[in-house]
Amino acid sequence: MHELGLVQRILEIAEAYARREGARAIRLIGLKVGALSGVEKSALEFVFEAAKQGTLAEKARLAVNWVPPVSFCKGCNVEFEVDNPFGIALCPLCNEPSATLRQGQELEVEYLEVV
Amino acid sequence: MAEVKEIAIGLSVLAENAEERGRRIHVEKGLMDLNNQYAADNRKRLGAAKVKALNVLSSPGSGKTTLLSRTLLELGDELKMAVIVGDLATDNDAQRLRVGGATAVQIQTGTFCHLEAVMVARALEALNLEALDLLFIENVGNLVCPAAYDLGENAKVVLFSTTEGEDKPLKYPRIFKEASLVLVTKCDVAEVLGFDRSLALENLRLVTPQARVLEVSAKSGAGMQDWYRYLFELLGRGVP
Repeated sequence: MHELGLVQRILEIAEAYARREGARAIRLIGLKVGALSGVEKSALEFVFEAAKQGTLAEKARLAVNWVPPVSFCKGCNVEFEVDNPFGIALCPLCNEPSATLRQGQELEVEYLEVV
Repeated sequence: MAEVKEIAIGLSVLAENAEERGRRIHVEKGLMDLNNQYAADNRKRLGAAKVKALNVLSSPGSGKTTLLSRTLLELGDELKMAVIVGDLATDNDAQRLRVGGATAVQIQTGTFCHLEAVMVARALEALNLEALDLLFIENVGNLVCPAAYDLGENAKVVLFSTTEGEDKPLKYPRIFKEASLVLVTKCDVAEVLGFDRSLALENLRLVTPQARVLEVSAKSGAGMQDWYRYLFELLGRGVP
């Protein structure tokens, strides 16, 4: 459960950008979160509700853009989406497993909506 | 005239709605950027001192401390080693790791369930890097959170004990995918536990085909020579 640390980073980044733009309040924080980033949706929202108090994001909501895992097969030089819940990435062409992740580990504040 | 008025009202309604929705600011800032900067600094410092660092990861109780204390004892004459060890509380592990002439620096992470690069940066201050060959960073026992934090290591070593069940790699794929080496530990009790070795190895192959896999027991000593060979190879040295 490292969502508290992550939420604190989210709020730091969001407040810094909002202040730079002279905003009074943050309405929405748009996040990009990879499916394999280790972040739990309910924990993230729970912690966010508690941590946002007293910040510019006090009344903000989170909008999470979940990024599916995408792997890469070196042998076939092909990228493919991983739909296996256990992260087993089998190349659709040669059926060999791959450990490479091209996508799915993102943790990013993508945008804000401010007033 | 009436038409113009209507348009004006329409615009003010639009303006109010825009105020309600707020304006959009592009950010695109990674939550790990700051950690990654510290990790890059650590990597530079370790590289300048010619120290190789391993980030040692596993669930609680997989045998990280037992593996490392035996390693420090048995290789103490050949290599200059130190350990940075992270735990939520207590310095019991650091005490267990002060063997074979090794220095052990404890980081009490408090509520943190993982080590971050900035914590390692502070711990590096307590070590004489110039006098070291090899640094083990024993992470907090956890297979989720530590996966996201680069510490500036040369490689990640993930332990997976026979007491944990064959499906560990399937439950925590991310951390296994990043491993250079997977150590299947507690091999001495595998048989008693009915541990299905071939299933475990197949699960590892499916999740992390690039990782080297070694089977060891820090208690009986089985497989430890393979692990030492890996360490000497990492250091670019021949096995003595």
